Amino acid sequence: MRFGIAVYPGSNCDYDTYRIITGILKKEAKFLDYRETKIQNIDCMILPGGFSFGDYLRPGTLAAHTPLTQAVVDFAQGGGIVIGICNGFQILTEAHLLPGALLPNIHGRFICKHQYLKVENDNSIFTKKTKKGQILKIPIAHHDGNYFCDEETLESMEKNGQIILRYCDKDGNISKEANPNGSIQNIAGITNKEGNVFGLMPHPERASESILGSVDGLSILESIIENRL
Amino acid sequence: MLIKFFIKPRKGVLDPEGRAVAESLRSLGFENVKDVKVGKYIEVYITDIPKEEAEKQAYQMAKKVLVNELIEEYEIEIVES
Repeated sequence: MRFGIAVYPGSNCDYDTYRIITGILKKEAKFLDYRETKIQNIDCMILPGGFSFGDYLRPGTLAAHTPLTQAVVDFAQGGGIVIGICNGFQILTEAHLLPGALLPNIHGRFICKHQYLKVENDNSIFTKKTKKGQILKIPIAHHDGNYFCDEETLESMEKNGQIILRYCDKDGNISKEANPNGSIQNIAGITNKEGNVFGLMPHPERASESILGSVDGLSILESIIENRL
Repeated sequence: MLIKFFIKPRKGVLDPEGRAVAESLRSLGFENVKDVKVGKYIEVYITDIPKEEAEKQAYQMAKKVLVNELIEEYEIEIVES
């Protein structure tokens, strides 16, 4: 199993992600520069967190139009597994690989904290090693994580099981109080209809070593690996 | 030749920046402020082409990258040199 990690100007979770994949999960990973036009011998592409292109225009927009992201679109359309974390999620929506958009947080502030999440679908490529209803503790760190889509999209995502993670409190209650950013229906992570592209605001790579306070993020990365065995 | 893009949050889409600015204006005594929308203004300078063509190009630029129509609305203005 070989991971590709996208590197845009302003990516800042690329090395964290690399460390977890190679150091903890003992899998191969390769950095791919945003000017690359081809993705070869890669099983899963990771679009890491950060502030690609300084969040200019809208978060993720300029990164979505780079040669590498266009190659990621082809890779995904050919069935390749893609995961976008935080800024990576924003890039995936701007590249139209995932529906909806990520608006500024409802209170206008940057949030950086541990957050409880509820697994809504354990049948996806990205959550096979979790259980439906399981509560994960994974950090969030963003200014624009307020997920938005129209009613029709929301309904079809619900029906297709595309909503993978929702923000909740420590007892698993999905409430307004447990919603850190104003996301529609507490949405924290979604897949595309085909199920091979996943975007989430929380950072699994920041919850993959006990010294970091949680190892719940590993279950997501391990799910991807198990899927390929 | 200049294309001006006036972009703002789409009606019904939350605009925390606009809301914060509205609150600030009200606290400064502008009590009749009903609502504020904070958007973007972009100037794109291009070589001279027929106005119709520039307009067509402007809409393509908006659709492809400058505007996310799910959350934003916009107007354009073409200024001939």
